[in-house]
Amino acid sequence: MSHDTEIQGRSQSQYEFDRRKSAVQMRKQVINFAIMIFLTFVAFATVVADFAPTFIKPVILLLAGIQVVLQLYSFMHMDDKHAPFIGVISTFVWVGAVIAFTFFLAFNTIIWW
Amino acid sequence: MLNTKFTPQTWPEHPEQATHEGKNKYVGIWIFICSDIVLFASLFATYISLRNKGPAGMQFTSQELFELPLAFVMTMFLLTSSLTSVYAMYHLKNYNFKGVQLWTGVTVLLGLGFLALEIYEFYHYVHIGFGYTQSAFSSAFFTLVGTHGLHVIIGLVWMICLIVRNASRGLNLYNAPKYFVASIYWHFIDVVWVFIFTVVYLMGVLG
Amino acid sequence: MSSVAVTKKKGVGAVIWDYLTTVDHKKLAVLYLFSGLLFFAIAGFEALLMRIQLMFPNSDFISAGTFNELLTMHGTTMLFLAATPLLFGFMNMVVPLQIGARDVAFPFLNSLGFWLFFLGATFLHLSFFMGGAPDAGWTSYASLSLYSPGHGIDFYVLGLQISGAGTLISGINFIVTIITMRAPGMTFMRMPLFTWTSLISSTLILFAFPPLTVGLFLMLVDRMFDANFFDHTMGGNTIIWEHLFWIFGHPEVYILVLPAFGLFSEIIPVFARKRLFGYSSMVFATILIGFLGFMVWAHHMFTTGLGATANAIFAVATMAIAVPTGMKVFNWILTIWGGSIKVTVPMIYALGFIPSFVAGGVTGVMQATAPLDYQLHDSYFIVAHFHYVIVGGIVTAIFASFHFYWPLFFNRAMSEKLGYWTFWIFFIGFHLTFFVQHFLGLMGMPRRVFTYMEGQGWDLFNFISSIGAIMMAIGVVLMVLNMLLSIKSEPLNCRDYWGDGRSLEWALKTPIPFYNFKQTPLVRGFDPYWIEKQEGNPEGMTYAEPLGDVHMPNNSILPLIMSIGLFVAAFGALYHPDGESWSVPVMVIGLGITVLAMIVRSVKDDLGYHLHAEEIIEIENELYGKGGNK
Repeated sequence: MSHDTEIQGRSQSQYEFDRRKSAVQMRKQVINFAIMIFLTFVAFATVVADFAPTFIKPVILLLAGIQVVLQLYSFMHMDDKHAPFIGVISTFVWVGAVIAFTFFLAFNTIIWW
Repeated sequence: MLNTKFTPQTWPEHPEQATHEGKNKYVGIWIFICSDIVLFASLFATYISLRNKGPAGMQFTSQELFELPLAFVMTMFLLTSSLTSVYAMYHLKNYNFKGVQLWTGVTVLLGLGFLALEIYEFYHYVHIGFGYTQSAFSSAFFTLVGTHGLHVIIGLVWMICLIVRNASRGLNLYNAPKYFVASIYWHFIDVVWVFIFTVVYLMGVLG
Repeated sequence: MSSVAVTKKKGVGAVIWDYLTTVDHKKLAVLYLFSGLLFFAIAGFEALLMRIQLMFPNSDFISAGTFNELLTMHGTTMLFLAATPLLFGFMNMVVPLQIGARDVAFPFLNSLGFWLFFLGATFLHLSFFMGGAPDAGWTSYASLSLYSPGHGIDFYVLGLQISGAGTLISGINFIVTIITMRAPGMTFMRMPLFTWTSLISSTLILFAFPPLTVGLFLMLVDRMFDANFFDHTMGGNTIIWEHLFWIFGHPEVYILVLPAFGLFSEIIPVFARKRLFGYSSMVFATILIGFLGFMVWAHHMFTTGLGATANAIFAVATMAIAVPTGMKVFNWILTIWGGSIKVTVPMIYALGFIPSFVAGGVTGVMQATAPLDYQLHDSYFIVAHFHYVIVGGIVTAIFASFHFYWPLFFNRAMSEKLGYWTFWIFFIGFHLTFFVQHFLGLMGMPRRVFTYMEGQGWDLFNFISSIGAIMMAIGVVLMVLNMLLSIKSEPLNCRDYWGDGRSLEWALKTPIPFYNFKQTPLVRGFDPYWIEKQEGNPEGMTYAEPLGDVHMPNNSILPLIMSIGLFVAAFGALYHPDGESWSVPVMVIGLGITVLAMIVRSVKDDLGYHLHAEEIIEIENELYGKGGNK
């Protein structure tokens, strides 16, 4: 186990730049949050509005998918290129998603009553 | 590692990744989440194949049972707690310990609100006769949503432990990754909930 | 653990305490190895009893009920509690050394994983003394196991739940270790193949164990808490169990066989004295096998009636796995081809492995043909097939690696002469046992039957098979004897015992100090130790850092306490359906112990300690004498 902890003081301008950058990032997160709330609202609204189920089902699944991608890439920082081994991590996450999808597919098609 | 004192200026830009332990924790929680994805996928798949299945003459169906307003309020609680957790991480980056504690505390409160609503919901179902052992549908429903609830409880205990243990310690490079990892885990709980409200509640009401 | 403690003789109590609290990957490897060996012996003994029962027709050596218990426990123990820990033992020992790490990423979790596995396994085996072992087969199909009287299935469900959690934790730990703990220069495409297969196999654990956890949980609540997942009168569906089980069960065989492939990929280049042929295709094949392994589970369920479309898809996917596996076999053969071969015990196991495993693989492709599978299903042909794969692939790899890595583990060598005897007795016994079972299956003998009538033409082959089983047992006894004898032999105190080691683990002098590398090595290419030897570097490695302080993790008893908590809680759950008044309190107490231990762990700071450069020099002098070999 390595124990080296690099502590480098940042220059004043670098520090201010970083501060600004994370403030901008935070603002983006709030916008993402607003989008998520909106998507949730739309999902509930389509169901309440009583459209045809064949239309609603794909739509709300799509909305859920968009929300999840937003959560993963913005809130959970999968878009952070500097995070350690983020490439390996996203490979694992997406492989997990593919396997999860296989389960859905199988249980929907080859389990019968 | 505990004794190093920081100022906002010497505090690294990515405190959660500044130490090797931090990096390990960061990768570790993600790998754990991958296995949790598959765990929930199995539960979801089981739920889908058992939905509305019960003994002959079962009176409960998902259309009549689920109430959208409650599910909507629960969703709002959990979504908002996700944002407050992001705020905590924002303050973590800026070396603002009070902000971290405050926003983590708010996250815990919102999580508790969610949990209270879920307990109320379960209590209500059991009260009207839709108990755990009532049918295959009820078993599958309570297991899926209950497992999510268990994750919420674990997340809450985790964050409360963090707030308490670090109250006197302040922020350092040893506990910064701990906050970060708990936050990632909390977002994941939200991700699962997005699927629960879509697949269980919304599609349940559709029938 | 202080530096002094390593070098000074310790009392028995101190040694036991050290092993109970250790977080050192090498000590945990030893624990995995011995507990795996223990369960291997138990499960082997069960197999021997079954074979004695089947030696003659109409035999009444053991009753039908006991036979069911034996076959269930044999399968369950061999897969979950023998092969898995044995391979984990090698992974724990070798992977951190191969990637140039001082320990795994989460030493605490490593220890927790072991104790969960061990106490779960112990719990499962207590069933023999507490009212009967599980008796529904290792697959424990819900339609059968839900109605199994007594507590056997409850033991199965709870024991596997606990040990499965341990396996999952260890799997996550290995993945993170391999991703983050590699020495400078050790890129992914320079990793030795055993590390690669450990990574992929841990990934399979990561994705395959959660479905098992869910399946076992559903079975648990169905049997003990009146849920209705599998009860068709309440709307349940037993097919769900079959899917969940095989979604786990099929990757499980790859979880076991991939590290075995990796071990042979280490052994063969060393004794062919030639670089592994087709390294990148080997890596690619490993990943492909891992991925395809997830998409084929329903080939265990062809006869369930999934429909022609589903059967066709899974049949084709199954046959596709033969392609990357074939790539591996050809690569091994081409590594040996033209090499300057040194036949040693590990190498002779490797040479025996290739044809045996291919035989098992070919019968696997036969079964992948769905229409033919209707004939072969539940017959001895299946038994022959998977034993060819498991014994011919995994057990030979484990035995070969005992010999191969024994110097790293214990600084002793196992006897070569006894090793040859073991190999030949075991290998001939193995083929005698299982080769004839192919024909028994084709003649129509069903698996899992406790006896058969005479005059069906099965008598002779069953007799031959049983003789083979006895030979295998003798082989295992000789292997254990060899291990015990090695204690008496002289310590090796050397580097590169086999003389042709290629990867980093051989660059270390044995006994390996608890911090592994006094300086982190710099990896300059594939087969780093080979490169250094070619350049005449007497140190065996180039260092990436100057000699300095080393950070090491603290020992902890908490993993054991957490595991004991779950162990206690399992008894509460087990007796819950009997209506015992104490069952719920016991569950609460057990889970309380676990949760408390977790809270203690999270509230206390655990920073580890630093080993100073002077102490390292002192330890090295103590181990190897001043300035080099003793």
